[in-house]
Amino acid sequence: MASADEIRAGLASILEEVADVKAEDVADDKSFTDDLDVDSLSMVEVAMAAEDKFGVKIPDDELPKLKTVGDAVAYIQSNA
Amino acid sequence: MTALSDDIVVTGLGATTPLGGDVATFWAGLLEGRSGVVALSDDWAASLKVRIAAPMAVDPAEVLSRVRARRLDRAQQAAIVAAREAWADAGFTGTSDQNGLEPERVAVVIGTGIGGVTSLIYQHDVMLAKGADRVSPLLIPMDMPNGPAAHVGLEVGARSGVFTPVSACASGAEAIAYGLDLMLLDRADVVVVGGTEACIHPLTMSGFAQMQAMSTRNDEPARASRPFDKARDGFVLGEGSGVLVLERRSSAEARGRTPYAVLGGAAVTADSYDIVAPDPEGNGQRRAAKLAISRAGMEPADVVHVNAHATSTPTGDAAEAKWIAELLGEQTVVSATKSMTGHLLGAAGAIEAIATVLSVRDDIVPPTVNLDDPDDDVRVDVPREARKMVVPAALNDSFGFGGHNAALLFRKA
Repeated sequence: MASADEIRAGLASILEEVADVKAEDVADDKSFTDDLDVDSLSMVEVAMAAEDKFGVKIPDDELPKLKTVGDAVAYIQSNA
Repeated sequence: MTALSDDIVVTGLGATTPLGGDVATFWAGLLEGRSGVVALSDDWAASLKVRIAAPMAVDPAEVLSRVRARRLDRAQQAAIVAAREAWADAGFTGTSDQNGLEPERVAVVIGTGIGGVTSLIYQHDVMLAKGADRVSPLLIPMDMPNGPAAHVGLEVGARSGVFTPVSACASGAEAIAYGLDLMLLDRADVVVVGGTEACIHPLTMSGFAQMQAMSTRNDEPARASRPFDKARDGFVLGEGSGVLVLERRSSAEARGRTPYAVLGGAAVTADSYDIVAPDPEGNGQRRAAKLAISRAGMEPADVVHVNAHATSTPTGDAAEAKWIAELLGEQTVVSATKSMTGHLLGAAGAIEAIATVLSVRDDIVPPTVNLDDPDDDVRVDVPREARKMVVPAALNDSFGFGGHNAALLFRKA
């Protein structure tokens, strides 16, 4: 089971690849759309990459609920 | 609002082509008679009938930022590279509103033959290998043929309208003709026009090869595209993009810009003859040329140079050379620049329009290479080396599968 720190670091590398988000900007309170400038299509890419990386399933109706990095870390931690 | 006598002029040029990643390199390459055709060393090409092509000299993905490039199909990347050059060349920085333009008076017309087909095929492979839930959410915007025009529209801030003529190998020229119409109808003050194509892929190449449309001169890539030559055996697939900026002479002058040339007239016609074969009499092509010349208020005798469509296919080149000689006379100086660039399909008319504009401005016409033994039907003057000559007006024609014909008449500014 990955720790919250490991998940956050994994998300940071996905966000860097998909949307050029800097690792130091990836913090639990950051909103994907408002703070990190990740649009809805890129969020789908982030979710696909996170599913592969963490062995988790993020259903389409869950994705809109993951508004911040912290939401995503918590979801992955409790569903992986 | 706008006087009818206010010429529509070209004030910006941009291109990324098999001869170079910008207009200067492209034009120098044409005048030198350099070929952009190479042997394809990729594994996927080994089993193909056709193993030569003319890829862009500069990978557009290397020019754009990494994240920008990965969200775009290669044809879109090329269009953005060419459009940025043309926009800057016209003296604009940033979006239209940052240049004193009304976004509602700025339009984009960028044609393409088959849009983001390589992205479509790649994602099909992903679906088969990894499942439907691994298909990229960017597939649709990357694949849609209007994607290049829409992305350029976002870059320059165009809200008058964004359009995508799709007429196979006439798409780029048809886009320019449509841009002229928008100006003449007073729907815009500035129109960014052109074409883009990037479909060098085993599937598209096999499709064209199965039509017997492509050259199989695999052992001599630089010699394979040979328009008007007796030994021509088909076209060579190229890729890239060309973009031009159109505006009124009055607005160019107000901005202190010197126009490259006047887009005096344009015409689009259809053959209604066959889905792929050109009319052997070239009636639709000739009609487009005549209309473009007359709409420019000129006579056939005024046109001294033609940048021809001439793709190096046996039937197409002969028909074209024949009507050019009949309509404009055997003294007409004709250039077949596809002998160097290969055939850029939906971008061909755009990069060839750029060459025509530069011929008119610089009084020099590009050579046609590989013309060792001209076809008996070729009774026009086809220089083997660049020729200095006064070019008051020149014609650029393009034709596409489906029987589409487009002709553009440029004259000195």
